Amino acid sequence: MKTTIFQAIRLTILTLLFFSGIYTLIILGIAQLAPNKGKGESITVDGKKYYTNVGQSFTDDKYFNSRPSAVNYNAAGSGGSNKGPSNPDYLAQVQARIDTFLVHNPGVKKEEIPSELVTASGSGLDPNISVKAAEVQVNRIAAVRKISVDVLQQLIKDNIEKPLAGIFGPKKINVLKLNLALDNLK
Amino acid sequence: MNTEILGVVAMFVLTVLLAIPLGKYIGKIFTGEKTIFDKLFQPLEKLFFKLSGIDAAQEMNWKQHLVALLTINLVWFLLTLFILMNIGWLPFNPDGNPSMSPDLAFNTTISFVTNTNLQHYSGESGLSYFGQLTLMLLQFISAGAGMAACAVVFTAMKEKTTDKLGNFYNYFVKSCVRILLPISIVVATLLVFNGTPMTLKGKDQIISMQGDTINVSRGPAAAMIAIKQLGTNGGGYFGVNSAHPLENPNYLTNMAENISILLIPIAMIFALGFVLKRKKLAWVIFGVMTLGFLFFLIPSIALELKGNPAIDHMHINQALGSMEGKEIRFGSAASAYWGITTTVTSNGSVNAMHDSFTPLTGMFTMLGMMVNSFYGGVGVGFLNFYIFIIIAVFISGLMVGRTPEFLGKKIEAREMKIATIIALLHPFLILTGTAIASFLYAHHPDTYAGWLNNPGNHGFSEMLYEFTSSSANNGSGFEGLGDNTPFWNIACGIVMLLARFLPIIGPVAIAGILANKKYIPESAGTLKTDTLTFGIMVFAVIIIIAALSFFPALTLGPIAEHFKIY
Repeated sequence: MKTTIFQAIRLTILTLLFFSGIYTLIILGIAQLAPNKGKGESITVDGKKYYTNVGQSFTDDKYFNSRPSAVNYNAAGSGGSNKGPSNPDYLAQVQARIDTFLVHNPGVKKEEIPSELVTASGSGLDPNISVKAAEVQVNRIAAVRKISVDVLQQLIKDNIEKPLAGIFGPKKINVLKLNLALDNLK
Repeated sequence: MNTEILGVVAMFVLTVLLAIPLGKYIGKIFTGEKTIFDKLFQPLEKLFFKLSGIDAAQEMNWKQHLVALLTINLVWFLLTLFILMNIGWLPFNPDGNPSMSPDLAFNTTISFVTNTNLQHYSGESGLSYFGQLTLMLLQFISAGAGMAACAVVFTAMKEKTTDKLGNFYNYFVKSCVRILLPISIVVATLLVFNGTPMTLKGKDQIISMQGDTINVSRGPAAAMIAIKQLGTNGGGYFGVNSAHPLENPNYLTNMAENISILLIPIAMIFALGFVLKRKKLAWVIFGVMTLGFLFFLIPSIALELKGNPAIDHMHINQALGSMEGKEIRFGSAASAYWGITTTVTSNGSVNAMHDSFTPLTGMFTMLGMMVNSFYGGVGVGFLNFYIFIIIAVFISGLMVGRTPEFLGKKIEAREMKIATIIALLHPFLILTGTAIASFLYAHHPDTYAGWLNNPGNHGFSEMLYEFTSSSANNGSGFEGLGDNTPFWNIACGIVMLLARFLPIIGPVAIAGILANKKYIPESAGTLKTDTLTFGIMVFAVIIIIAALSFFPALTLGPIAEHFKIY
């Protein structure tokens, strides 16, 4: 028994050194070869750095709005609402978001609001919206920014990210990139 | 065809195509045959054995295997408990996160030692990098221990009479070094090249376009995410696991991670076929498991794509499906696929919030954990299935009036007693735990008001899910549950502990006892186990045990909720 215990302790220490230490160092080494050196993908615009994969809160009428977030896009943490599909408080909250959206986007019919614009994402940091969710906001942004609708439609088209290899998964739009491009329109 | 469905189909087909050759490779490792990677890994293994004073050639009987397994697990438990309660002052803590409270450390330690990875903390604020890397060690070795136990059962199922079943440390170290390590390196590499962080730097402060100051959490995530998927651990780096855009940045990483979830559990079945030289038996087992898996998967995808009827009543556009708790880059189909794959395999990582799934999808994720052997966890999934095989053999034997035999060994009272106890342990732990929690909540609603995030039937589902996940060593949750309290930390800790080790001890004991028995050659009267008929028999046994035990509880939770909103 004594031998078994000492063998177990020694083997545990060795695995700790190897899997927590050396394996981590191997992956850290490989990360140095990656384009972003393992620090998360980012872009710098006008000296300001943004993480392209980490969603930001866009609530201004002049920007394409991002999805609701249970953690208000605070990337120090992360979290979903964890509301069940039948929860009355939750459903009231969704209804309120629909009403708010209609106020900010006069002329849009209820049936045109994509549900992802009034439901919170899983991470609270969703960087994407669907193409429809961008299109439904075009009229509002055109009015606020005094840009033609056609220019905005084209901007959306240019920013569509196709499914993987063209056939796997949904197509989507990165809200941050779209809004950066929007600010660039002059 | 719809690109969301196509993505899901591609993931499953790729998994099976990769699992067949991997199964052959695992089979060779367990039987000690030569493989092309011997030169690469042998020196490393020899170093491990030499420095630990282990003779890896020494054969063990089933009791010695269990002693070795339980002893090393005790060492892991004590070491991890110490580290988690002291991360505050230990190194690699750039964000200055505090040490864990004793009850949370107790829960977290058991959770990772038992391959469960239930997380009552959030990675960004609850752990230092040192703590994360220690838990990553457990993701390797707890998976390796499960595979080693499975290797013992495989060896014992061979057609001979023996009590010599190989060496535990040999199976364990080889599973970690030759199987988990190389595949983890491949997956982690793919992740870092797609934007998953792998750095020892702390949080990064940026200013958003709208002018908010944000601290973006980072860390050595890629290394951990690879092994969390491959070892059916599931414990994520960030709080929301693989829903986090840094943990799972795009559809390619989602495919890679999701394939990793199912890969080794499926490969283990094919490994069985190679070890026993009974490929047909492996295909029958794979067929039964896949049938059960699809039975959960297809309705779940359909329901999530269709959307939440309560939101339909608001007359908005639900073209993408039920999007609460889901990410745009994965979509409803891939979220439902992940939800089912992660629960049938005892993985427990998530890419969407299970609490917000439509009621019946929530039920299917629970059923996946209640059965816990439609693929199941690495190694232990087959052990659970083995119990159901033993029961099916026994019942079939009674039905046709013959002595029950499995692979040439007579199954008698002692083995059946063990099998029955193990089969009933799982429902016992889940239902008793949920009953106690419900009683406390119902009688002291003020004291425990913080527990439930949702009222009514869904609140009951949150509690049922937590115990199911603990007992299945899964680790996912209906995360609305306020679970970082002494009750949940301690109750789930005890459940995880019992539900991990008894279902390892039981099958190893049965297999060990059977291996010792006289081999009876096949004759015309032998019940053949590699046939469609027997496959259906096993499937029926699983459905009856799972359905009969859990149906009443499911009626109170997800089924009632379903009828409320449909």
